[in-house]
Amino acid sequence: MESKVNILIVDDEEIVRESLASWLGEDGYEVAAAENGARALERLPERDWNLAMVDLKMPGMDGIQLMDEIRKTRPETIVIIMTAYATVDTAVQAMKKGAYDYIVKPFNPEDLSMTIRKIIEHQKLVKENLYLRKELKKQYRLHDMVSKNHKMIEIFDLVKTVAKSNSIVLVQGESGTGKELLSRAIHMESPRKDEPFVSVSCAALTENLLESELFGYEKGAFTGADQARSGKMELAKDGTLFLDEIGDISLKLQMDLLRVIEQREFRRVGGTQLIPITSRIIAATNRDLKKAIEEGKFREDLYYRLNVISIHIPPLRERKEDIPLLVEHFLDRFNIEMGKNVDGVAESAMRLLMEHDWPGNARELRNVIERAMVVTKGRMILDADLSLPRPSGVPGAPDSRGKSLAEMEKEHIRQVLQENRWNIIRSAHILGIDRVTLYNKIRKYELKKEPVLNT
Amino acid sequence: MLRKLQVHLRDTFSVPARIMKTMSVPEGSYERSRNQYNSTRILREILKETPPDAIKILGIVDRDLCIPILTFVFGEAQLGGVASIVALARLRQEFYGLSPDDGILFERLCKETLHELGHNFGLIHCNDRECIMYLSNTVRDVDRKGTTYCGSCDSVLYLKTDPWRVQPWNRR
Repeated sequence: MESKVNILIVDDEEIVRESLASWLGEDGYEVAAAENGARALERLPERDWNLAMVDLKMPGMDGIQLMDEIRKTRPETIVIIMTAYATVDTAVQAMKKGAYDYIVKPFNPEDLSMTIRKIIEHQKLVKENLYLRKELKKQYRLHDMVSKNHKMIEIFDLVKTVAKSNSIVLVQGESGTGKELLSRAIHMESPRKDEPFVSVSCAALTENLLESELFGYEKGAFTGADQARSGKMELAKDGTLFLDEIGDISLKLQMDLLRVIEQREFRRVGGTQLIPITSRIIAATNRDLKKAIEEGKFREDLYYRLNVISIHIPPLRERKEDIPLLVEHFLDRFNIEMGKNVDGVAESAMRLLMEHDWPGNARELRNVIERAMVVTKGRMILDADLSLPRPSGVPGAPDSRGKSLAEMEKEHIRQVLQENRWNIIRSAHILGIDRVTLYNKIRKYELKKEPVLNT
Repeated sequence: MLRKLQVHLRDTFSVPARIMKTMSVPEGSYERSRNQYNSTRILREILKETPPDAIKILGIVDRDLCIPILTFVFGEAQLGGVASIVALARLRQEFYGLSPDDGILFERLCKETLHELGHNFGLIHCNDRECIMYLSNTVRDVDRKGTTYCGSCDSVLYLKTDPWRVQPWNRR
């Protein structure tokens, strides 16, 4: 059934209220009346008013003042100003202030019927439009991820399907594309959502540490193990175990993991009792595992065990249409977190964001926006608020000719690390990458902390 | 014409209809600036004249009626209430510069009377273009619609008039 249309009549003349209410009532509208502006404001919270028909000249608050008040508290209510004395000035003023229409009493019944029907029809369309926009937005959103890229939307759909199963998922993608966010989304969409989501970063730990971190240990298993401890596999219980940077674990641990996954049970380090695995495993990596297999760095059998359901998140440079959407998403979030009121990004600044290649992907973009929101002074983010690398060839850039991209990267990382006294978290933040990636790059480029000379 | 209308109403609703003595048009209902009569004011006066045994009271006035916000009305009714009024002026062919026609006038009067009484029995405007409860803003609309209630309006009416319905003497 269609919802009732509510109309509020505000007029100081009783006969006007009575006759108009009766005439509109015959059309099936739900009509109520108020004799002045103050009384009308009291009645505003009573219902969702579709339309207010307000007399211009009333003692106390006049029609225009009342309309202002209505627009403040009930912007969705359409206001028609009625008057017996038509002057161009008041009509213009009423329309400027936002009246939908201005009618001079008496009104032709046919025209009034038509005006009201048009308003109701208009409101229906607006509502429908809002609903459809919301529906459309929903499609672009999966928990904390947004996208309108067709590949990403396919992934979002896939996530909803795979979440219902218990299969192992392998999430691949460059650093900062949101592998952990996606894994969390799978967890949140699954029946395990009320159980723990336990994340292990495999690259951050040495082989022995990772082993005890994953499987836990018994008292006396190694020096310093003065009491037994549960590993992440146990802590995950019936939830989800997220193994990040799976491509970085040693061959020995790969073998252990393969056995554990196949047998669905494990022993604590130094323990004898078999503990069953009830959690769901999601593994992620930014490495090309097939290449790692060719190079003998990753076990093929483990790869096939993990690669039951494979999700590859495309890098941000391949879905640049997402940049404005992500920017809006981060603005909304940081506005809340920082208690700021930044409305948006200036057109030229958005152009810069669109031109950038985003090696650090969405995470880098998030960091750039976060920083810009801290430094911006106005309600818009301007070019100067963005800390993007200058395009090459710009005066002031270091001599880059003759150097490869890798050399430039190595040099840049060394410089940032030095500037931040090798504080990994701070340096990673500035570089727009996570610390795991920074560790990887430090290893890759064989960067070493230079001793500080005390002179 | 009133006698014919009385029979028509009695037949339609299966409820006795009575013609009362003529009332004068209430003073104060005339709107000098518009040369019209305020239908809401007249309706109030009609309501005061309701006999204790009457369930509805209908006024027929040979004047041009209006309400403050509208240039004219063919009639007015209290929705789900007791009183209603129908104006003859704009139902007459001569209002539109044509020769008088009692046949047409009577048909229009019947339609508007049943329409206003329909409101009195709680009916609102109907979307069926043929139904007598279809909103008519012009005499063209009045002529275009049918002379009876549509099925759904009729069933509502049947239930609403049930307590007062007399056994079918003249019901067609």
